[in-house]
Amino acid sequence: MTELEKIAAGAVDLALQSGATAAECTISDGAEFEVNVRMREMESLKEAASRGAGIRVLAGRRSGSSYTSDFSKDGIARMVQAALELAKITAEDPHAGLPEACGRFEGDLALYDPAVAALPTQWKIEQAVAAEASALAADPRVSNSKGASFESHLGTRVFANSLGFVGSYCTSSCGLAAQPVAAQNGSAERDYWYSSARAVAGLESPERVGRKAAERALRRLNPRKIATQRAAVVFEPRTARALLGEIFDAVSGSSIYRHASFLTGMLGEKIASEALTVIDDATLPGLFGSSPFDDEGVASRRTVVIERGVLRSYLLNTYTARKLGMKTTGNASRGFSGDAGVGPGNFYIEAGPQTPEQMIAGVKAGLYVTELIGGGANTVTGDYSAGAAGLWIESGELAYPVSGITIAGNLKQMLMDLRQAGSDLEFRSSIAAPTLLIGEMTISGH
Amino acid sequence: MPLSESFFASRFGLTERDLQNYLSDALSAGGDYADLYFEYLSTCSLRMEESILKSAAQGVTLGVGVRVIAGERTGYAYSDDLSPEKIRKAARVAACIARGPASIVTTGFEEPPRHNLYPMLRAPNEASLAERADLIQRADRAARAYDSRVFQVQAAYADSLRHVLIATSEGRLAFDRQPMARISVTVLARHNGGPPQQGHSGGGGRVTLDYFLNEKTPEYFAREAARQAVVQLGAGEAPAGEMTVVLGPGWPGILLHEAVGHGLEADFNRKGVSAFAGRIGQRVASPLCTVIDDGTLGSRRGSINMDDEGIATQRNVLIENGVLRGYLQDQLSSRLMRSTPTGSGRRESYQQIPMPRMTNTYMLAGESDPEEIIRSVPKGIYCANFGGGQVDITSGNFVFAASESYLIEGGRLTRPLRGATLIGNGPEALKYVSMVGNDLKLDEGVGICSKEGQHVPVGVGIPTLKLDRMTVGGTAA
Repeated sequence: MTELEKIAAGAVDLALQSGATAAECTISDGAEFEVNVRMREMESLKEAASRGAGIRVLAGRRSGSSYTSDFSKDGIARMVQAALELAKITAEDPHAGLPEACGRFEGDLALYDPAVAALPTQWKIEQAVAAEASALAADPRVSNSKGASFESHLGTRVFANSLGFVGSYCTSSCGLAAQPVAAQNGSAERDYWYSSARAVAGLESPERVGRKAAERALRRLNPRKIATQRAAVVFEPRTARALLGEIFDAVSGSSIYRHASFLTGMLGEKIASEALTVIDDATLPGLFGSSPFDDEGVASRRTVVIERGVLRSYLLNTYTARKLGMKTTGNASRGFSGDAGVGPGNFYIEAGPQTPEQMIAGVKAGLYVTELIGGGANTVTGDYSAGAAGLWIESGELAYPVSGITIAGNLKQMLMDLRQAGSDLEFRSSIAAPTLLIGEMTISGH
Repeated sequence: MPLSESFFASRFGLTERDLQNYLSDALSAGGDYADLYFEYLSTCSLRMEESILKSAAQGVTLGVGVRVIAGERTGYAYSDDLSPEKIRKAARVAACIARGPASIVTTGFEEPPRHNLYPMLRAPNEASLAERADLIQRADRAARAYDSRVFQVQAAYADSLRHVLIATSEGRLAFDRQPMARISVTVLARHNGGPPQQGHSGGGGRVTLDYFLNEKTPEYFAREAARQAVVQLGAGEAPAGEMTVVLGPGWPGILLHEAVGHGLEADFNRKGVSAFAGRIGQRVASPLCTVIDDGTLGSRRGSINMDDEGIATQRNVLIENGVLRGYLQDQLSSRLMRSTPTGSGRRESYQQIPMPRMTNTYMLAGESDPEEIIRSVPKGIYCANFGGGQVDITSGNFVFAASESYLIEGGRLTRPLRGATLIGNGPEALKYVSMVGNDLKLDEGVGICSKEGQHVPVGVGIPTLKLDRMTVGGTAA
């Protein structure tokens, strides 16, 4: 066992000795680095490490949780005592408890790249400087910048419980981002582009990150506000991802057992068009949503959530599974304190056959959404309304930028009206979607 | 208070000499300024659902952040271990951004003036767990008793106590003890097995448990959440397009937070990336509008005795009779803009670099009777409650999401509407304010503001307001 595994297992043992009937302990240990540059100068540099431990104890069907950053013997003992004290005031919850079975995915998930830890500070600063310089050099109208940044993180996650499970894994990540501002005739618009990866080799070049960011800001200049109407809406991957996040909330066991999702009771039903297949898979190597086991020590797996429009599975942790009379899908997610919630592995929409260009070419008049701002879905009802900006599509071509508008509908209808998923699926974060085309939504303008 | 009587001296043996040493390490490679932010945060949270007190959690986080400023550069490091070796190591890491001979640290510390906005008879963590659990049990019962259509209730209580010590290379030494408590209630209602609707309410502030016993009871929040859920059962499609919008008093003040507040934070203006940059002295709102950011209101969620750089908070006039007056400043921006700090430097925790932030942002009351405002609208919507909001600082476009609103027809509220997002442009939106009510109200104390990944508690408030033009994002085109 590693030093941290011993601490976690020791905390679980101490809880059992002190009267708990079951216990689980999570430890997270991490180091972060972040440099921001702006207008070619370093603006800030931050570097530090921190760690924390959390324990959840059960006294029969009553539970209590506590956390600490004090890893001394006394600190751990105080944490365990605090959790036991709380388990005296909570009520019996017939569904509380540890999972039936623990385990881990045995393949190599490539979550840690030692090269991230070895990156020289100067090199990291230069990446950010180069990304911003590339954005500023792209066009004379890119005259200002909100800056560029390079970040890296190293982490260790440890989990132990009283079923005898002890496990840990290390992760690395690095990311490069640029946020230029373009200005012309009194119009100022910002946009950003970023690249992040678990391995250094997975990062896009600073030149590309800066150029993409600049192109995005430039194409937003001098936007128009359009008339209120119903029209087709194309979500580019960045905004499609936000839409998929709403679907995640709606298939999460936490929403389902509370009847707080419009998808409650819809298992096996057709809830979307055939163009929609949604998968959750925490076993894809090198991705942000991958891990060998979830935050309850349950082995990671692949779950088909929506198959050609039919709802096949909810995403569950042990508690929500028991509430629904089902089995956990290994989607437990937790911080240090409190109970496990439900979180995504790599939650994604399967790519379709058409390129984004082909999809746009098929739209006579509609909105290509490049940014969503505020709002979102009401998971209970499916009602959807959000601020938006993007480009207006005329006769299959991106014609001019629009902003100051909203798009609205209801997710139930939007899913049924999903015409196409594009071929451009990329895993830039744990929730990933390709370009999506929805037949008709209400666009509110002037 | 002398350092020796402070929490960090008695608990961790911190001395003035230690502080001098750490600050000297921070300025060992030069730099204009350094500060230390010590934080000890204890929290407790309880959650009830299905009338079962399902979960309870408590814990402690502590640490120190070390910052060095050299010109426009900031170096930052932190440690969650308060041993001298670890703090000195963090100080030397933060020092890396400076190049040159060591800068001098002022010897001797002075405690600047500060407020006493949240005196505590007993700290949040001095109340028993049973007393705290009783609050959410009361909320659960009250929400269920409100209406037979209520079928799900989640009630939660959370409190915290934060001890802070700030020491700067200029010799400022400041302390604070910051309580926070909050109740929140989420209710689902349905009629005869039909589709459910949700209502949400909550509140609190820099208060302790006694506030919920004596001032705003759990029943008050529970009934409000249940009322909202039941109202939504009868809600129809919201309209789409530009129209007259009347905002009710209180939480709808999130309008100010998004439309003008963020755009007036000095960092964005110093960098010229805010839609308000260079517009001080210009008209940015109707003459009826005076907007204040005030961190000195007693017990409010957004209030603090001193900001997270040790500067006493104050009442800052942002817009006066429609004219832009000032920005919200922190140490760094005020230095670079040759201005004075406004007590607006805030951070989420010892792990974060402070930034200019809002505290409690509100508009002064006007003269109109709220009823008369509604009567003056032939067709439009009235928004009583909101979810969150967001702003794009550079273009000035902002949104906020109405969670409870009504159609206005012929000067009367006629029917409730489903949720809809409203969108406007910061420097333009408030020019359309044509009536301001005499009923200024601050929110109940639930606001969380997010900026560059840092969350801090804030408050908002407005009187009833009429905006002649705003885009409403409903579905009924």
